[in-house]
Amino acid sequence: MDDSILLAHGSGGKLSHELVEKTFLPFLTNPALNKLDDSAIFEASGRLAFTTDGYVVNPIFFPGGDIGKLAVCGTVNDLAMNGAKPLYLSLSAIIEEGFLLSDLERVVQSIKKAAAEAGVSIIAGDTKVVNRGQADKLFITTAGVGIISPGVDISGANARAGDKVLLSGTIGDHGIAIMSQREGLKFSMTLKSDCAPLNKLVSQMLDVSSRIHCMRDPTRGGLATTLNELARQSRVGIMVEEAKIPVKEEVKAACELLGLDPIYVANEGKLVAIVSPGDASKILARMRRNRYGKDAAIIGEVTREHPGKVAMKTRLGPSRIVDMLSGELLPRIC
Amino acid sequence: MKFVDEYQDSKLARGLARRIAQRSTKTVRLMEFCGGHTHAILRYGIRQLVPQTVEMRSGPGCPVCVTATVDLDRAIALAHLPDVIITTFGDMIRVPGSYSSLQQAKAEGADVRIVYSTIDALDIAKANPGKSIIFIGIGFETTAPTVAASILRARQEKIENFYVLSLNRLTPPVMKALLDSGEVKLDGIVCPGHVSVIIGSHPYEFIPRDYGVACVISGFEPLDILLCINKLVEQIEKGEPKVEIAYSRGVRPEGNRAARQLMKEVFEIGAANWRGIGIVPQSGLKIRGKYQQFDADKAFSVSLKPPKEPKGCRCGDVIRGAVVPVECPLFGQVCTPERPVGPCMVSSEGACAAYYQYRTPENLQGS
Repeated sequence: MDDSILLAHGSGGKLSHELVEKTFLPFLTNPALNKLDDSAIFEASGRLAFTTDGYVVNPIFFPGGDIGKLAVCGTVNDLAMNGAKPLYLSLSAIIEEGFLLSDLERVVQSIKKAAAEAGVSIIAGDTKVVNRGQADKLFITTAGVGIISPGVDISGANARAGDKVLLSGTIGDHGIAIMSQREGLKFSMTLKSDCAPLNKLVSQMLDVSSRIHCMRDPTRGGLATTLNELARQSRVGIMVEEAKIPVKEEVKAACELLGLDPIYVANEGKLVAIVSPGDASKILARMRRNRYGKDAAIIGEVTREHPGKVAMKTRLGPSRIVDMLSGELLPRIC
Repeated sequence: MKFVDEYQDSKLARGLARRIAQRSTKTVRLMEFCGGHTHAILRYGIRQLVPQTVEMRSGPGCPVCVTATVDLDRAIALAHLPDVIITTFGDMIRVPGSYSSLQQAKAEGADVRIVYSTIDALDIAKANPGKSIIFIGIGFETTAPTVAASILRARQEKIENFYVLSLNRLTPPVMKALLDSGEVKLDGIVCPGHVSVIIGSHPYEFIPRDYGVACVISGFEPLDILLCINKLVEQIEKGEPKVEIAYSRGVRPEGNRAARQLMKEVFEIGAANWRGIGIVPQSGLKIRGKYQQFDADKAFSVSLKPPKEPKGCRCGDVIRGAVVPVECPLFGQVCTPERPVGPCMVSSEGACAAYYQYRTPENLQGS
């Protein structure tokens, strides 16, 4: 029985301390966290970015990652999308009674690995245990702080007509990898989630250009939803070309099978950047030298026409409007 | 060949579109029966590729859309019975009935689960012996054999808590009903691909013979559809309507006999109530008496309030091809995929959803 999480692990007593000291601290160790004070103290000056996100992915282990890696990368990427250099994360875990301790350790090790790759420290944390059935295995919330260099001004509202739209790689990998594991839909494939920290890619892009206007990671809702958000926020139109959007063959095939459109399928290691046309090719070249940007492509441009809307030139030539994702992605029935 | 990109080749598509434009002199109205075709046509912009002489109308081939409100109400009432688990294909849960939807019933505590095949529903039945599992059987000849197979399997495996609410429909009888009504003048029909895999091409032969309307069976990739339109235009220009298959990699003239045998074993043919069309004789599938222990209609009784249709909704007219979705006053204004009034805006095969989702930049109506 000692290999499952018990309600007592969340009691605040001995078992709670043991959980923190044996399962979390050895992996996430750093001076601020190790003190175990009520709050972590750090020095920072300049413009800071701050974000938070909750992670409830099901299944928690999936090809190419797990909820721990996702919780680090997701928050790191949210900071990076505003041009911030991520520094510190907090992490709060809500654990369902009965969750295997060995699985929790696996998740924490994965958190450690992802944090190391992204170059961030987890300096504050919390764990809670809830009754069986009151949470689904493990929920994680992370918050993050990053610092923005002087001169960097990246916002969803900054796109201008004529700007180029860059995409860092193939779309739909994460969503299809997860769907392939879901109960009732299991199909076997070698596809892995693209879950990855993008902050280094972003800093390399910023090294070669100061004219990156918008960046966003197309997570839930996919590329289509992200482009719509940017078009609305910047009050511009966006025109993309379907044939230029990189999609892996496995993802295409799975989407055909399930009746989905890859532009609506989730990603966890991709970014969209809207940049000044003069800098587009050098940014693209730099992106392609990073492993997370090797399939990067210019997929379209910002237009004066149809402000707030995204249009796509289909593979066959004609154009159509691409809306935000509506409702849940459901496979077709016949 | 990996069958992913080959049927979307833009050069070949443009070539076919040119050929259609060169051949087409008469103005023709074609109906794509199947909602899957409507979606592909709009998604790939095929309407813009074909010449203006070719008008496309969508037909009743959306299983969710043609389900009558009263049948939806029955499914929702069944969901509220104690110890019942409703299993259904995804789109169905969002369709508004007269007073509620399966989604609403679920939020109120009913156990409604989306499944991807009838086998999943059987598995749920096996895993929940204390509950009654009702599968909502919608769809045409494509899905009916799998529903029949699930009933046979339930009997074989002695799964006694599995039931089907059979709302399955047949394609040729409703085509006949539409043509008989004469409401929409048609020159040709893009016949459904998946349905024809099962029924073959022979059941459509009465259409060119008795109505002089061209019939070509099509697949769902853009090149399939363009090839189909090309054949239809060719037939109409020559004045020689007949049934042709432009989807030979999937459809044989004789269809799939084994699948039809399954259907025949489990179902008998009877009248069915279609949204927008009404009662169509010989167009529905009822569970035969010998399998009545699996018939949800026989096993459960629910009392229903009189059905009511959403005010102003023209789904019925859209289903018959009498209007295109943008002619409905609610389209894109009151009725959107987020807040659908009628089923055609809900279903991934519904015509209104397709027209809304794939608007062109020139035609931003309703946004």
